[in-house]
Amino acid sequence: MRGQGRKESLSDSRDLDGSYDQLTDSVEDEFELSTVCHRPEGLEQLQEQTKFTRKELQVLYRGFKNECPSGIVNEENFKQIYSQFFPQGDSSTYATFLFNAFDTNHDGSVSFEDFVAGLSVILRGTTDDRLNWAFNLYDLNKDGCITKEEMLDIMKSIYDMMGKYTYPALREEAPREHVESFFQKMDRNKDGVVTIEEFIESCQKDENIMRSMQLFDNVI
Amino acid sequence: MAAGVAAWLPFARAAAIGWMPVANCPMPLAPADKNKRQDELIVLNVSGRRFQTWRTTLERYPDTLLGSTEKEFFFNEDTKEYFFDRDPEVFRCVLNFYRTGKLHYPRYECISAYDDELAFYGILPEIIGDCCYEEYKDRKRENAERLMDDNDSENNQESMPSLSFRQTMWRAFENPHTSTLALVFYYVTGFFIAVSVITNVVETVPCGTVPGSKELPCGERYSVAFFCLDTACVMIFTVEYLLRLFAAPSRYRFIRSVMSIIDVVAIMPYYIGLVMTNNEDVSGAFVTLRVFRVFRIFKFSRHSQGLRILGYTLKSCASELGFLLFSLTMAIIIFATVMFYAEKGSSASKFTSIPASFWYTIVTMTTLGYGDMVPKTIAGKIFGSICSLSGVLVIALPVPVIVSNFSRIYHQNQRADKRRAQKKARLARIRVAKTGSSNAYLHSKRNGLLNEALELMGTPEEEHMGKTTSLIESQHHHLLHCLEKTTNHEFIDEQMFEQNCMESSMQNYPSTRSPSLSSHPGLTTTCCSRRSKKTTHLPNSNLPATRLRSMQELSTIHIQGSEQPSLTTSRSSLNLKADDGLRPNCKTSQITTAIISIPTPPALTPEGEGRPPPASPGSNTNVPAVASNVVKVSAL
Repeated sequence: MRGQGRKESLSDSRDLDGSYDQLTDSVEDEFELSTVCHRPEGLEQLQEQTKFTRKELQVLYRGFKNECPSGIVNEENFKQIYSQFFPQGDSSTYATFLFNAFDTNHDGSVSFEDFVAGLSVILRGTTDDRLNWAFNLYDLNKDGCITKEEMLDIMKSIYDMMGKYTYPALREEAPREHVESFFQKMDRNKDGVVTIEEFIESCQKDENIMRSMQLFDNVI
Repeated sequence: MAAGVAAWLPFARAAAIGWMPVANCPMPLAPADKNKRQDELIVLNVSGRRFQTWRTTLERYPDTLLGSTEKEFFFNEDTKEYFFDRDPEVFRCVLNFYRTGKLHYPRYECISAYDDELAFYGILPEIIGDCCYEEYKDRKRENAERLMDDNDSENNQESMPSLSFRQTMWRAFENPHTSTLALVFYYVTGFFIAVSVITNVVETVPCGTVPGSKELPCGERYSVAFFCLDTACVMIFTVEYLLRLFAAPSRYRFIRSVMSIIDVVAIMPYYIGLVMTNNEDVSGAFVTLRVFRVFRIFKFSRHSQGLRILGYTLKSCASELGFLLFSLTMAIIIFATVMFYAEKGSSASKFTSIPASFWYTIVTMTTLGYGDMVPKTIAGKIFGSICSLSGVLVIALPVPVIVSNFSRIYHQNQRADKRRAQKKARLARIRVAKTGSSNAYLHSKRNGLLNEALELMGTPEEEHMGKTTSLIESQHHHLLHCLEKTTNHEFIDEQMFEQNCMESSMQNYPSTRSPSLSSHPGLTTTCCSRRSKKTTHLPNSNLPATRLRSMQELSTIHIQGSEQPSLTTSRSSLNLKADDGLRPNCKTSQITTAIISIPTPPALTPEGEGRPPPASPGSNTNVPAVASNVVKVSAL
């Protein structure tokens, strides 16, 4: 009851003063968030679960903890970190897709385990694993197949990262055309969607893709 | 790129795997991590206090002392640590900068000592974090002002650089302390303003009687004397105004300024009076004009800083004053109406109309209470008392607001200018940093190619080349390069973008020889066909210019190598400047690299072919003519 009364008086002053700040409310929220501190499982468990060595895990965790002292990354943070690498364009959409790909349990935050599990697949997994991961990234609604719309979204987000000042100048149809050529290559039975089997099969036939999948092995 | 997220670069690169299945072209090679040693702890001994940190932490900022090889100068072999004979307190902040990416300014520290330390460690003070930046700037400005004051008092006797006569005069007018003459002028005008004002006042004082007529004001009794005084004052004012007009750097702006308007208004009545004869009709108007002579008193504001500040604060408080006026008007109208209707019944009431009641309301609300109009009815008295009570409230409420506004605005004014200057500079710096990061990429793109060429050639010059970009930077650039490859578009900077837009719009004009800079389909096919023919080397002296300048990657060397001379010579004049410098650099060894090429799909060629000369032709003209060493061409 008392709480209600307090809320009412707050709202009265809010009405009168058009420029109230959300300090009273949001501070409490922020307090809640910041007290949540996630600690990852032990080093040994992570070593078992992933294919990283102990030292690599240490280096990874130090970097992770440096940017996210609370132990988890939320979407905003993630976008902000990712945007630092692409100063010329807008990487927020692609960052969202990435975030969803890393956030395997879909709880809105990426913990160190999620982070390291994803990296383990990308950097230390077999080619099939990596292709699986990429497919998962493209499949926005996680229904097992990539439609043209999903691919178009992904493509647009990648092109957004380029920004405005490119050579040759970015045209409106460029993502769409790229999607068309992608589907031409990947969609074997021409049914308008790319399933995981078609995807893996087509990628394995393409030498460029196979080679580029190994490109970032030495990143850690 | 903030080095705080350098730790996330591996993640960003790993995430690039999402682009791979989508890309149509092969990706560039990743920069090899040649010195992949394990991360080690290094000990920094600063005047006896030992700090320890990871080597990679320090290497986040390779253009500072600690991040570069410059610290090797301080390495102590005996104790195997880096010894710095500097202040350990400030070093704490410096080291925290490496760790967190934010530089803080400790308040207890002296500003010049801090600046010295930052300069020693090669850190620019501009990257001080938001939390401490204002404090730092404030202290710095105080220090600078102090230094400037010291310098001024030293240099007071020095001769100024010769200004023009006009400029000297203006300076003399604006700042009377610069020379004795100016000071004299200042006091003389001040004196005459005072004289003029006093004259106006005394003119109206009754001055004793002339026998035979009623009492006269002094002005009419000693009219000649007063007229002479007035004339003298006006002459001085006119001369002053004309001199100011002559000396003003911007005459138009001077005429529009408030002070000049006051000047004009002050002397106009006199001249108008001269022009007009003693005509009976206009003498009334003439008398009114004399009122304007009182504005001469405002000329004092040139002599008084306080008056100017008051005027300015009044101007900036206009909204509050307006509100006061508005609320008073509302209350006056309400109460005047009420009083009028209340007193309507009473006989011989002074409240003859609502406007007539305004006077009563104003006098009552401001608690003056002259008593010339009083309510007689009971209702009138009741409302009259309500009126006087509310008058106190209505006036008392806004006045403190205005007063506090005055002081707030005064202080704020001081601070607002400070902040505005800082903000503009900071935004500019942020913009520069942002463009700096993308420009760093564009710049190293031209170098990056040669990095790869080196790796293939395996010459010992790699060490020499690797020094100029850190590993993190090269990895970041590789990441951006992969993105370019995925989308088949390149990053360019703003100027070239504009250039391209203009040139592509001029594409309509036929230019058979010069390649069109937009991706022209015809061009693509010719390029492709040319490329397919190329197997042998061409001792073509025109090779290097276009090749070295416009390459993105090794494969493009391959393509460019087969270019016809006609193509190069027919390029726009922008090319030729750089062409000449590089023409003699053709050697067969370069073509050897071209043969070891990664096959590129046709889509690449329009970019390679049509790439306009980069915005820094100067960087390429400094090329030393060493042909065999491709590196040195771009190791600027």
